[in-house]
Amino acid sequence: MLFFMLRMLPGDPAQVLAGQMATPQEIQNIRSQLGLDKPIYQQYAIYMGNLMRLDLGRSARTQNPVFEEIWARLPNTMLLAVVAIGLACLFGIPAGIISAVRPYSWIDYTVTIIALFGISMPVFWLGLMLVVVFSVVLKWLPAGGTGGWQYVILPSITLASFVVAFIARMTRATMLETLSQDFTTTARSKGLTEKIVVIKHALRNALIPIITVVGLQFGMLLGGAVLTETVFAWPGIGRLIVDSILARDYAMIQGVILIFGLLYILVNLSVDIIYAFIDPRIRYD
Amino acid sequence: MTDIKNEKDSMPGNRVSDSRFKRSWVKLKRNKAALIGGLLILMYVMIAILAPLIYRGNPSAPNLMKSLETPSIEYFLGTDELGRSIMGRIIYGSRISLLIAVGVVFVGFIIGIPLGLISGYYGGKIDFIIQRITDTLLAFPGFLLALALVAILGVGIKNTVISIGISMVPIYIRLVRGCVLSVREEVYVEAAKAVGTRDTMILIRHILPNVMVPITVQTTLGMGTAILFAAGLGFLGIGVQPPTPEWGAMLGSARSYIFHSPHVATFPGIAIFFSVLSFNLFGDGLRDALDPRFKL
Repeated sequence: MLFFMLRMLPGDPAQVLAGQMATPQEIQNIRSQLGLDKPIYQQYAIYMGNLMRLDLGRSARTQNPVFEEIWARLPNTMLLAVVAIGLACLFGIPAGIISAVRPYSWIDYTVTIIALFGISMPVFWLGLMLVVVFSVVLKWLPAGGTGGWQYVILPSITLASFVVAFIARMTRATMLETLSQDFTTTARSKGLTEKIVVIKHALRNALIPIITVVGLQFGMLLGGAVLTETVFAWPGIGRLIVDSILARDYAMIQGVILIFGLLYILVNLSVDIIYAFIDPRIRYD
Repeated sequence: MTDIKNEKDSMPGNRVSDSRFKRSWVKLKRNKAALIGGLLILMYVMIAILAPLIYRGNPSAPNLMKSLETPSIEYFLGTDELGRSIMGRIIYGSRISLLIAVGVVFVGFIIGIPLGLISGYYGGKIDFIIQRITDTLLAFPGFLLALALVAILGVGIKNTVISIGISMVPIYIRLVRGCVLSVREEVYVEAAKAVGTRDTMILIRHILPNVMVPITVQTTLGMGTAILFAAGLGFLGIGVQPPTPEWGAMLGSARSYIFHSPHVATFPGIAIFFSVLSFNLFGDGLRDALDPRFKL
């Protein structure tokens, strides 16, 4: 779909690559070099053939193979995403549980308000404010770039803020539902402690929708990564796509969007597999 | 005339919808968060409309002699790198973000609602085709889809609206289709079909009004998301372009100055935060009041 959308663009990519001063011959050479002089169905067949060999073309900006550039930056984005989702679960799930255990109490209202603030907060602004506080004023953490673990803290907190609110809200909603089910009442009537009822009985049954939301939020996290990596000059694929859009590097844009889509699908596939481990009733025969 | 009016008012259907509306209105009024959200939206819209009266200067006119000044009596929120009043730019920026939010919802409406209605009402092959396209679009997270579309269409207000609007279309399609699937089985739809009413009329007069509740909630929440997405694109430098006073673009250019002038990045962010928060508060309240089934 993206392939055809990019081809529908007004303007000539060969002209953009060759520059304003290029002669018609130079533009024609670039066109045939990129295969743009062939019919669109042939271009698509060539593109899909190359894709099978992990050949996503060459970047118009750096002249390096697109796959190599993405591959070099992918671990940075994945590190950020994994730490962020870990942080989001670490804070979001307990916050949602506490909220559900004490519904309509001050703690529930506090969590609800913080979650609503989190959903409304522009992630890039939060990132800038964290830089102002922790890098400019307190000078505790670096403002950007890569290096040791201290470089990961601010970007991952920024990125986690993007999804923690959704996880907390979903945990609260599903926990409220499971806590009102008959099996929870039975567990309580058996004399089990509230802690065991909540963690072993209610939470276990609420985990499926929570994990589904975590998987779906991974997509939001990738969107957030584009903004977070820009704020913290983090060399990941999020920043790569922004640089490519600004330089109209179509091969790179196409490659990065494709990888983002693949990552999203892979994570949701993993979520499906995790279901079977959490809920013994789910079997994939 | 009065008799006809009274007769209409006394019809059971009208009484039911009237009481439902009253019940929803009472619920909405009791919800403090929704009230705060509504008031904030009202304030935001008023600022956008009355911008030339509130701030009399030109928000885009540079004054390099006053560059990066901290908040003072003369400049309440300080000035940016080109010496422009941050307050003036935030006030005029409310017009841009409101325009984008309304535009995005309009794009979502005119494409998403008809496709959702057709998909849900007719089913079969047309439903299959629309749903597979929707699936493909939903495979990309919203912001990334908007980003990809901006890469294709180019920068500027119009393309920002189209890109974010298209990224929201699949949500409208899914929402409307889901509601239509249950509404189309209702007796009044069957009755309309039995008396020979055309499909277009059934869709517009009988089905659409009954799916308006979730659409209204989605529209309110969608406006908040639209403001957030537009600010994100502006921040990256691929949305609304300078010198147009757009909040995200203001933050984008403030990034280079946060080390010695943090105030430049602080206030536009607060403006984005409160505008998004207002739509989220009101949208949540509206959902609770109109249809609690949709509460997450």
